[in-house]
Amino acid sequence: MRRTGRALLDQALNVYSGLVLAYLMLPIAIILLFSFNDTKSRFNFVWQGFTLKSWKNPFAFADLTDALVTSIQVAVISTIVATIIGTLMALALVRYQFRGRAPINFFIFIPLATPEVVLGASLLSLFISVGFARGLTTILIAHVMFNISFVVVTVRSRLIGFDRSLEEAAQDLGANGTQTFLRVTLPLIAPGVLAAALLAFALSIDDFVITNFNAGSTVTYPLYIWGAARVSIPPQVNVLAAMIFVFTLAMMLLTVWQQRRAERMSAVRPEPELT
Amino acid sequence: MTKARRSLVPYALLTPGLAWLVVFFAIPLFYMAQISLKEGTVDTGYEFTWHFQTYVDAISNYRVQLLRSFEYAGLSTLISLLVGYPLAYAIAFRGGRYRNALLLVVILPFFTTYLVRTLSWQTILDDDGIVVNVLQGVGLLGPDGRLLATTSAVVAGITYNFLPFMILPLYAALERIDPRMLEAAYDLYSKRRDVVMRVVVPMSAPGIVAGVLLTFIPAAGDFVNAELLGTPRQAMIGNVIQSRYLEITDYPTAAALSFILMLLILVLVLLYARFVGTETLTGAEEAPA
Repeated sequence: MRRTGRALLDQALNVYSGLVLAYLMLPIAIILLFSFNDTKSRFNFVWQGFTLKSWKNPFAFADLTDALVTSIQVAVISTIVATIIGTLMALALVRYQFRGRAPINFFIFIPLATPEVVLGASLLSLFISVGFARGLTTILIAHVMFNISFVVVTVRSRLIGFDRSLEEAAQDLGANGTQTFLRVTLPLIAPGVLAAALLAFALSIDDFVITNFNAGSTVTYPLYIWGAARVSIPPQVNVLAAMIFVFTLAMMLLTVWQQRRAERMSAVRPEPELT
Repeated sequence: MTKARRSLVPYALLTPGLAWLVVFFAIPLFYMAQISLKEGTVDTGYEFTWHFQTYVDAISNYRVQLLRSFEYAGLSTLISLLVGYPLAYAIAFRGGRYRNALLLVVILPFFTTYLVRTLSWQTILDDDGIVVNVLQGVGLLGPDGRLLATTSAVVAGITYNFLPFMILPLYAALERIDPRMLEAAYDLYSKRRDVVMRVVVPMSAPGIVAGVLLTFIPAAGDFVNAELLGTPRQAMIGNVIQSRYLEITDYPTAAALSFILMLLILVLVLLYARFVGTETLTGAEEAPA
């Protein structure tokens, strides 16, 4: 009796989990489905029949395409800058004991605990006060700012389990500081850095709130959608969303695959004998 | 390297990042504080007068939206916890070799644009959409009943958008629990409910704390869901800040409201920090060897 009760509960938990996962996937399915909608109105909310029209002309709306190109530029540049700066910070925080480490850790954490609307509004306050014109530069500044903390947190969590003896071995074998960093440290922390870069890219290309405050007249992909939401939404919005989705997913799977490979390789490598 | 030079290395590594955060995160907060204490309009110019009255007015004028933000955020956080916990539990203890694949499904929504995802809920809840038609068909919704433009739609949208922020830390905490702990409890004749309530839930407490913060903070400041799925009657404090800053250019009020929101959230976070310890909160518990 008790056993069947438990089996039933297990079954219920499985069904429940399936339902929650389906709920998480539902809007994605709708986005993909409605990219094939043969819409006749200005909006894309009611299914009107299947067509490949929008997929054949994904770049039919020049404003939308320009916005996406701007978003990609911003994402690439801000990801590179934030990943470099953030990785250096994570290295300092994990590997060195120094005065002020705890408050700096806390300071880096605060932006993560601040609502985006406050981050956006305060940065706008700075630009208004010093009379700095808003545009592509201010968007880049904002994106690097909110990405730094995410990069630090991601790289730091990977660095904590790092085996310092490999670097010591390299130095014992005559490598100098730069060589050790480039040939030993960097390859070993690369998966963490890559994961951080991927996260930064995803956050940047998707950011609406902070960008909205600091964009001036520059339009990114999310800003275009925000404007279009009140006027007219072509199915091309869904087509481009689907493309971003597939691209980010592919990058993610590639990173996971690369990490697995790295782990397999390090598992094969004989353990360095110490002491 | 000499010892003195070596001790400067961490500061050198930190300088670019700290400089960026100081100039573009900390200093802007000072400017926002300054703006919030100014008087005037965009046309006549602003003058700094220690005008604390703005704060008083802002709270009395927008008390409803402030309270509503915390109400919606609290509700969404609670629903996320209740909805997400069993799933996180199932993935951690029954996921087996599919754990990572299942986690990927949890974060898949992040791979689509936030605004498009929210617009997608507009499609799903549309007046002529399937959901409304079915609910009207079975009589759960009147012929003129709507799902869009309601409080439920806004709370549901917020819940959906931030649910993965709840599930991931819950999973991380649950995954660390040694299954042998549960077996031990069963061996000692614990009932299933006792095992869950006395072993699993207490041991996953750090995940619950992290998940609640990660969901609540963005939810309290959100204005996208209220704008796209609600009406002005569902306006949250984020909507007010956004329109005061960008549409009405009433900078002092917008700045004051941003501070009020930030302070309220900070107070909540600090209460949490006292409860669980700052190091657990910032994930920096491990010291260098």
